Parts: sequence; C-alpha cells; structure tokens
Amino acid sequence: MQDERKSWFGRLRDGLSKTRAALIGKVKEALAGSSVDEQLFERLEEVLIQADVGVETTLELVDAVRRQVSERRIRDAEEVPPLLAQEMKAVLRSEPLRLTPAGEGPLTYLAVGVNGAGKTTTLGKLAARFAREGKRVLIGAGDTFRAAAIDQLRVWAERAGADFVAQQPGSDPAAVAYDAVQAAKARGVDVLLIDTAGRLQTKVNLMQELGKVYRVVARELGRDPDEALLVVDGATGQNALSQARLFREAVPLTGVVLTKLDGTAKGGVILAVSRELGLPVKLIGVGEGVDDLREFDSAAFVDALFADGESASSR
Amino acid sequence: MFESLSQRLQSVFQKLKGRGKLSEQDVDQALREVRLALLEADVNFKVVREFLARVRERAVGQEVLQSLSPAQQVIKIVHEELAALMGGSHARLELGGAPPVAVLMAGLQGSGKTTVTAKLARMLKAQGRRPLLVAGDVYRPAAIRQLQVLGEQIGVAVFEMGQETPPPVIAEKALAHAKLHGNDVVLMDTAGRLHVDEELMDEIQQIKEALNPAEILLVVDAMTGQDAVNVAEAFHARLGLTGVILTKLDGDARGGAALSIRAVTGAPVKFVGTGEKLDALEPFHPERIASRILGMGDVLTLIERAQETLDQEKSRKMVEKLARGDDLTLEDFLEQMQQVRKMGPLDQLLGMIPGMSSLKNVPGLEVDERELRRVEAIIQSMTPEERRNPAIIDGSRRRRIARGSGTRVQDVNRLLKQFEQTRAMMRHLMGGGKRSRRLLGSLFKR
Repeated sequence: MQDERKSWFGRLRDGLSKTRAALIGKVKEALAGSSVDEQLFERLEEVLIQADVGVETTLELVDAVRRQVSERRIRDAEEVPPLLAQEMKAVLRSEPLRLTPAGEGPLTYLAVGVNGAGKTTTLGKLAARFAREGKRVLIGAGDTFRAAAIDQLRVWAERAGADFVAQQPGSDPAAVAYDAVQAAKARGVDVLLIDTAGRLQTKVNLMQELGKVYRVVARELGRDPDEALLVVDGATGQNALSQARLFREAVPLTGVVLTKLDGTAKGGVILAVSRELGLPVKLIGVGEGVDDLREFDSAAFVDALFADGESASSR
Repeated sequence: MFESLSQRLQSVFQKLKGRGKLSEQDVDQALREVRLALLEADVNFKVVREFLARVRERAVGQEVLQSLSPAQQVIKIVHEELAALMGGSHARLELGGAPPVAVLMAGLQGSGKTTVTAKLARMLKAQGRRPLLVAGDVYRPAAIRQLQVLGEQIGVAVFEMGQETPPPVIAEKALAHAKLHGNDVVLMDTAGRLHVDEELMDEIQQIKEALNPAEILLVVDAMTGQDAVNVAEAFHARLGLTGVILTKLDGDARGGAALSIRAVTGAPVKFVGTGEKLDALEPFHPERIASRILGMGDVLTLIERAQETLDQEKSRKMVEKLARGDDLTLEDFLEQMQQVRKMGPLDQLLGMIPGMSSLKNVPGLEVDERELRRVEAIIQSMTPEERRNPAIIDGSRRRRIARGSGTRVQDVNRLLKQFEQTRAMMRHLMGGGKRSRRLLGSLFKR
C-alpha cells in the first residue's frame, strides 16, 4: 500500500516535472538569501499569479500564510513555502473517481466542457483503461456537431474494443444519449461513457441542450450518472471559473478533469475553482498516452509542485 | 469579447472622472485597480508590469495632471497604450509572391487549428482566391476526416495523404499538387503539439522548410492563462511567427492573451474566431478593441458590418417612410429586426455602441436570441392585414397567432404592447421639434 502510493506519487511527479521545475525554480529564486518580509510575500504572490491561481485566491492564500508567519514568529524564509503548500492543500479538493455504479445499470460517465478541452480524448483513454481491466465498455458519441467528432471517437472505441453507439452528424445529442443508455442496459455492459459536443458556457441554448442530455441519461438510467465530469484544459486562465460556474448550472457536475498538464501550464486556476465552487478534481492528464490520465490527489499535487525530488520521495 | 475587463476598467475610470484635479496618488490608486483588472483578465504578469510602468510615466507628467480634464487624459493614455500593446493598426495577411503561396498553421492541441484553417480558406475563397487545404495532422484520430468535411462545406479542395506519410513530405507534395491544379494559396493544418515536445517541434520546423510559407500563424485559445506567452515564445523561437489567430472569443473569455502575445513576441494578432460557424472569423483591429475594452464602443466595426449586411435600398425607403410621418407597421418591424440580426449576435453589436457595453449585464436587459426568434415566429404567424393594422388583432386572433407560432397569448400581448411603445416613440422622434432632436443628439453623444 505504502509502496503503491509512493510509486504513483513518483509517476505523478515525473509527469509534473516541468510544472514543478518552473514553479519550484521560481519559489527558490524568490527565497534566495531573503528574510521574511513584505517583499517575500509579494514575490510569492507573483509566483501564484503566474501559475494562473488568480488574484483573489492568491491574495487569500498569501494572507493566510502571512498571518501564520506573524503568529508563529517565523524568521526563516525557507519555512514559508511549506506553509503555503499547506494552505493550498486546504483549499484544493479532490475525490477519487467513482468506480462502482451507485445503483442499477452500468457505471455511467458524462463528459462536458468547452471546445478543445479534451473531452473525447479523455473518454477514449478511460475506455481503454476500463477495457484493459476486463470491463465491457460502451461509448455514446454525443458530439454530433463538430465535423468528424464521431469518427474520432469511433477510432478510440475500436482501439479499446468498446461498443459504440452513434447517429448521423447533426442529429439530436439527447437522442444519442437515449440510444446509448438503452443499448448499454440491453447489452449489460459494465461501463457507459457519453461524450458531448464542446460548447462555450455562455451559449444559453447549447447549455440547455446539455441539460437535456443529462436529464435523458438520468431518466433512462433511473438515477443520476455516476460522474458528470467537466473537462478543463490545464492551460486555461481565469475563464475556468466561469466554465465551472455555468456548466454546473446546466448539469450537476461531480468533478473536474484537468488535461494537458504536461506542458508548462500550471493549472493553478483549479485552486480558485476548488475554493469558490468546492468542485473536486478527479483526474489529470499529464501526457498523450493512455496511462497519462491519472487519478488526482490534491496533497500529492501540491507536494509535487513544491517539494524537490529528494525530500518528496523520502517522505 | 473582453467584457469583464472592459467593465472593470470602466468602473475604475468612472471613479477617476468624478474628480477634478488629480494627484499622483489618485493616478496610482487607479493604476493599481487597472493592474488587478488586467491580471484577472489573464494578461501576462510581466506584460502588466511593463504596461503600467509606461502608462504611469506618461500619466503623472505635469501637463497631464495640470490639464483641465486630467481623468480624460489618463484614459486617453491607457487607450493609446492598450492599442500599442496589441500592435497598433490591423495587420493583414501577406500573401504576395509567386503562387502558390503557403500558410502554415501551428498551435497546441485543442486550440482550434483545423476549424480556423477552414475559416481562413473560406475567407480567401470569398476574396477570389483558389485555396487548397492540406491535412497535415496525421496523429489525432479523424483529424483528416474533419478537414475533409469542412472542405466540403465551404467548397474547397482538401489534399491528404493519409496518416502514414510524414507531414514534411505532405507539405512538399501539396505544393506540387497546388501548382498542377492552379491553387494560388496552400493552407496547411498541422497536428496540435506542446511547445516543449522536442520531437514534434522538430517536425513542424521541417514542415516549415518544406512548405516555405509566407505566413506562419499560431492559433491560440483566447481562454489561455499566463502560459499563452510561454507557448507563443517557444513557437516563435522555432518558426518565426508572422501572426496569431485567437479563437473562441465569442464566449466570456477576457482575452488577456491578445494583449500579451504581441507584446512578447512582436507577432500581431491578425484574426479572431468568434463562433462555431465557418464565417465567424474577424480581422483584428487593435485600436478598435482598445476602444471596446474601455467602453468607448467600436462604431467603425459596427458601420462596416452594417454596410456589408444591410440592404441600403430598404434602409433608405424605411427612413423616407418614417420621415413622411407614415406609421411603423409590424412588417417594417420584422424587416428591421431581420436586417439587424443578419449583422450578428445582438450582444456583440451592443458592445460596439459607445456607452452601451455597460448595459449588457444589467439584469433584465440580457439579450436573448431565442426571444428574437419567438418575436419573428409571432409576426410571421399573422396575416398581412394584421401586420399592417395590429389594431384588428382581437382575442381570438391572438389565440390563433399564439398557436401558430408555438407561443403563449401572453407572449403575443407583450409583443403587441412593445410594438405600440416603439411606434409611439418613433412618432415622437420623427414628428417632434427641436426638443426631440436634442434628445436624439444626446443619445448618441456618450
């Protein structure tokens, strides 16, 4: 158990190494030979803002650290980052992905999000993962709008050996969702994954369409889907807050998938999303491979962002 | 686009305008708020710092603070610096040289390259060019198919060699194909790639060498945060970007990337994507966007749109008719509405009218496109006689119209009432003397 956690932690750390290098480098740079003064806090603020944490969340985090520093009369600048990491962990919510169905029928996931966030790829990778565990998977191609989105998902389904339910491009996504749930129940599959078209959260009619897809799935399933996942591009800035807010108005989200964290983007906005909306992060994408989609652990995430290699692995 | 940023800045300057003389502290206070507004809009941290330093240097000078309207002066400086930050005037596509001229598209995964490539092809075709689309994304499942579907929709040929051929080879063959088939512009889509992926960055460099493009355009998601600058810098270092296209600006993205990328790379934003439809691609005008951000409106774009889409003849007749003192009919009402709707989503148009952008988020004033469609349906469910003379629409006619348009009687009532109010206002405006003309004048002044 201990070993497994460590190895998972190690893998996460590798995936995040670029992010880590950038942020750690900056924290260290910020601390080099400095004493605990106002300038130090300002530099920590800069680091957080550059990680897309956002102004409000940054100020709150740093204020909390500032309070602690004065209460505990901390003089050594090196002691400050662990305090910040602690505050970040307190804010960041995470939950494991639900892996057993909450009731009758298959384990059901719905993926939603803006265009290009990585919904189809995320579902494709999940299908591969479940199939490898010997589960029978069915994918519903609910993106009937974008050109060739159905073909893209079909390729993933074929690779994973998953069942595939689709209609013509341009057809009603709620009808596809209906078909997919019916087929999943009739065939007795273990896992049902439903894709949806990317949409900007400000398009009122498209958000209503999404609400309908969710309601149809819940009605045909006889219960809520096990996961309604908001897929967010890890490079997204403060707009992720608006995405989380408005998508949650349309469908009862269960969590966030943060993708494309293998670049230099920090994904810091997830702290703001977590703080303001209490939405837990469930998965993160740290690479193109099927295994690069990983369960999210907020403590490990923050540790990986702050600790350097030695101390983290010896923990 | 840019709404939140625009609102924040406007409220900062509103406060500033309320004061007569400004002290250095007043300016600093305002600039601190500008800083927060820019950071919340995802403008890059370093860009914000440099921007504010430049504004401050100009704003605290004697001639500004001593002038009669220091607040106006400060706003003017911010406006000029914002426009300068984004590159000054509109940068066009440079497609000179012997045909076929090539355009290379690059960007991260999911930024919108394939869609934008098709949008560009559509635009060039409309300008009389003979574009060829080239499917260079050999990695993402069905990416080639996606480009083919889009090509079919806009009637532009797509060159592809399947997923097995290396993209640099595809580039070379595409040029030969274009020469043979008389295509004067070659637009090459490429796979999304991370700027830190050495292998794929090498590949796109090879594509560039094979294609010898006149334009190398980086496609960037407008919702990107602080990292936009890192991405742009990395692509610029490898490829030497000639321009940037920002996508997904039709949402509530604050567009900070637009302000940052040009400042850091020197590559200007040339176009912005403002919708899922293939005609939703607009040239980027920094000075106009700066006006929009500061709530000064963007009348130029509005006029251009109007000239492109409105039927001049119909508009002239309408004005003549109203000037004669004829009453507005529901037919006119419908026609006007359809003409305006052709110009684009109403909330976009509203943002271009000076002073109106701040109205957009007032509760109860949201523009709901579906409401407009409902109004259209109601009017179309009326007989021509009813449209000309709404007074004859009694209870039973109202019920019939509601049934015919799939609405409720209350909706029909509401529309008729709104129409009556509009008509009364038109009568007042057209018929009134000096007073109403002054009213009109003041409406357009701010």
